[in-house]
Amino acid sequence: MLKKLKPLSLLLFLALPLMLAGCSTPEVLDPKGPVASQQSDLIILSIIFMLTIVAVVFVLLTIILVKYRERKDHDKYSPELHGSMLLETIWTIIPIIIVVILAVPTVRTIYSLEEAPQPKTAEAANEDPLVVHATSINWKWVFTYPDEDIETVNYLHIPIHRPVEFKLTSADSMAALWIPSLGGQKYNMAGMQTTLYLQADHVGTYDGRNANFTGEGFNEQRFKVYADEEADYQQWVEDVQNSAPELTQYTYDNLLIPGVYDKTDDGTAEFNGTHLQWIDHSKDANYTLEAWDRLGYEPKNPHAKDKSQNLLTEDEIPYYQQDNTVDYSDENMDSEEHASHE
Amino acid sequence: MDLKWNEFIITGDPLILGAQISILLGGIAVVAALTYFKKWSWLWKEWLTSVDHKKLGIMYILSALLMLFRGGIDGLMIRTQLAKPGMEFLDPQHYNEVFSTHGVIMILFMAMPFLIGLINYIVPLQIGARDVAFPYLNNLSFWTFFVGMALFNISFIIGGSPDAGWTGYTPLATNEFSPGPGQNYYLLAIQIAGIGTLMTGINFFVTILKMRTKGMTLMKMSMFTWTSLITMLIIIFAFPVLTVALAMQTFDRLFGSVLFTLQGDGNPMLWVNLFWVWGHPEVYIVILPAFGIFSEIISTFARKQLFAYKAMVVSIVTISVLSFLVWVHHFFTMGNSAEANSFFSITTMAISIPTGVKIFNWLFTMYRGRITFTTPMLWSLAFIPNFVIGGVTGVMLAMAAADYQYHNTYFLVSHFHYVLISGTVFACFAGLIYWYPKMFGHKLNEKIGKWAFWIFVIGFNVCFFPQYFLGLDGMPRRISTYLPEDGWTGLNMISTIGAFMMGLAFLIFVYNIYYSWRYSPREKTGDAWGLGRNLEWATTSSIPPHYNFAVLPEVTGLDPYWDMKEKGLDQQKNTDYKPIHMPSNSSTPAIMSALMGMAAFGLVFQWYWVGIVGAVGIFITMIVRSFDYNDGYYVSVEEIKETEAKANK
Repeated sequence: MLKKLKPLSLLLFLALPLMLAGCSTPEVLDPKGPVASQQSDLIILSIIFMLTIVAVVFVLLTIILVKYRERKDHDKYSPELHGSMLLETIWTIIPIIIVVILAVPTVRTIYSLEEAPQPKTAEAANEDPLVVHATSINWKWVFTYPDEDIETVNYLHIPIHRPVEFKLTSADSMAALWIPSLGGQKYNMAGMQTTLYLQADHVGTYDGRNANFTGEGFNEQRFKVYADEEADYQQWVEDVQNSAPELTQYTYDNLLIPGVYDKTDDGTAEFNGTHLQWIDHSKDANYTLEAWDRLGYEPKNPHAKDKSQNLLTEDEIPYYQQDNTVDYSDENMDSEEHASHE
Repeated sequence: MDLKWNEFIITGDPLILGAQISILLGGIAVVAALTYFKKWSWLWKEWLTSVDHKKLGIMYILSALLMLFRGGIDGLMIRTQLAKPGMEFLDPQHYNEVFSTHGVIMILFMAMPFLIGLINYIVPLQIGARDVAFPYLNNLSFWTFFVGMALFNISFIIGGSPDAGWTGYTPLATNEFSPGPGQNYYLLAIQIAGIGTLMTGINFFVTILKMRTKGMTLMKMSMFTWTSLITMLIIIFAFPVLTVALAMQTFDRLFGSVLFTLQGDGNPMLWVNLFWVWGHPEVYIVILPAFGIFSEIISTFARKQLFAYKAMVVSIVTISVLSFLVWVHHFFTMGNSAEANSFFSITTMAISIPTGVKIFNWLFTMYRGRITFTTPMLWSLAFIPNFVIGGVTGVMLAMAAADYQYHNTYFLVSHFHYVLISGTVFACFAGLIYWYPKMFGHKLNEKIGKWAFWIFVIGFNVCFFPQYFLGLDGMPRRISTYLPEDGWTGLNMISTIGAFMMGLAFLIFVYNIYYSWRYSPREKTGDAWGLGRNLEWATTSSIPPHYNFAVLPEVTGLDPYWDMKEKGLDQQKNTDYKPIHMPSNSSTPAIMSALMGMAAFGLVFQWYWVGIVGAVGIFITMIVRSFDYNDGYYVSVEEIKETEAKANK
């Protein structure tokens, strides 16, 4: 009797977490923008097909186990049966058809996600995507608004209904920018730039994080996304421009020291000016290690008894007394290239 | 490396201290027992220097069980840390080391040696051979694996474990971001074990092609032999890539090359590609033999020939080809072009076609059969629904555009545990229980075995099914803790409970080994289950004599032993004995591998003189081996008669 129930009990397991999770929709299936919507649609389509396959196999298995288990009069026993052209053809062709059915929307979505989401209104069509450079540093996020000339640490504001073009790179380890409510992730890699389009259609605060393991502080590499009405967003930009301190190269280089950002209570900060005046990590992967050298930071064995660092102050480093501005303007900053390797 | 003397042995962590003490006590106990019972010489002559594929198989399996225990403890530590938000059971650094070693150990030092152990024991018997093509190499393979495993395992007490994940992605794994000896252990231990695996690949590929008994054409081989053959082919093509990639990263870390580094225009993403060019075929290296084991068991206990044998062969060959064409799906999110992602999406989904064909063929092997629910059969039956769940989520992951949302999350973690546990681990249990009487002369107790089975399978689903939902709710893999407001607490707690159920089932399984050794009745024939279909059951005694077959069997069709029984032929009736040529034991592989271990240990800490002494030693043992003219010995007809007569008592 127990054997008969086995596949059924497995189905029960299928249902159990569904019931538990039933109180709230999982983040990925509760999209707040067009990119996440496309992905959620694709996921739900695939779940329907997959559940059908699972059901077919479970039912077949149950029937076969019940019907052909060893019993006294095994009159149905046919040991000579060892193949069937018809059946084999059926279960080769059906999976092929399913793969084709799933491949078409997959490929379409892959191509569609390479572009900014289609604007819904005519006035939105005239707007370019908002460009934000998202730079991952062990273990914090730096968001750079080049047109607004401001920079934030561990949080960002975006206007709703407008595509955001994230230019992703990393100052050190490979990370992945992921805001599940707005869409899937993409890698941040030092010496390269990748592009990720996202868009929020609802005002709200969303969780974002690094999804790719980067070592000790990986847990803490999270950020908040504030999706605001256009006017509120503009207000925030102005506030930052008016009140935030000027970003200095020394301050920025200190961000490059591995660690969680704890200079403020809530672990966030904002600056006037951007680090792009000195370094674009997608064009120069060496910079972080050079900054460590300048500041006197040395990587230490995690099991070392003494892990203290003797960092130099700004006055002790002549490098910071000079102007180190780099001009990237002649290079094509808005290149359509993906993961271009310098 | 400027390692201070007091940083050599890891101190200051109660968990590690506990492990150190238990390893020390365990070691003393083993040494004392061997000395007290005067077993040192027996151990060395009968086992450690043995070239007998059966003994090597058993040693592989014992090591794998030990590693299942170690990797399992790692797993339980991970689950304990994640049971509730904000747990302080492991700090992030310790957690990173634990999940990194969990991955490496389970894949490379548990799954592979377990399967290679079963292949070692069974395949030569199934093809009617007396040993493998290169018995000496077989011993060397075992020892390189063992030394690699030992080196990797000591890392957590000496110097510190690797902490960059089992994938060892650069630039995180470079000196700047993973200072200390940890990642060196990873590189050198896997390197040594990998050489052994490559030799196994060559050895068994040649064995299966060249040493089949009379009448056994390729299309008359058992499905386990077929899957082993294809697995070896994948090993031969995939492992050199790993060897080279590991060597490159080793050069980066030890000798200052800039291949995968941030500085000097290194290309860290090249490592990611090379790793998965090996890593994806590796997945099929650990799943194809599992498919073979399930095929054997399902057909045995359904008392029917495997359904659609030819289609099964075509499927595994197709899978092996496709396995080399899908590696990019491990990093769809790297910003590849839409063309590349589309291509690799489709090739990945295509793998589900031959796999689906296999699932239906297994189901229809049982159609109109006489199914008996023995423990190995239960494991094989549980494989089907669980693997299908793992498989369909694999198809979902293959859809690149959706994968951007699953990548690096618990959805993925759950998927690969579903395929690797219900595929590989279930197969290891099923195969071990099924062939246990062949190895040890008695069966494992069925009742205790069924308890272990149910607790494990239920625990497995309780542990991993909730993780799909955690993934969809945005929980990334490899985080060491989370916040209460993330809303992942309940499902994580359920998952942890499931993990401990699996741990309990493992303990019951191990207890069963002891219990059955004490109380199970000893088998009197070679065909322990009475339903054997292939030649491994055609031996005179339950445990085959060291030469396997007194007279090599002749094969006329599929399922040759079943065929013989149907026709009333008795393999044992043929007493036309001739002297049998057998290979001699050798002690050089153990010594050579120990020297490799010594050299590697030196390199881990950058003590180059130790490395040089070890390397010179390796060459000296190679030279000694080259002048070894011992090409085996003959088992006399008298001895065969004696052994065969004793076997039927």
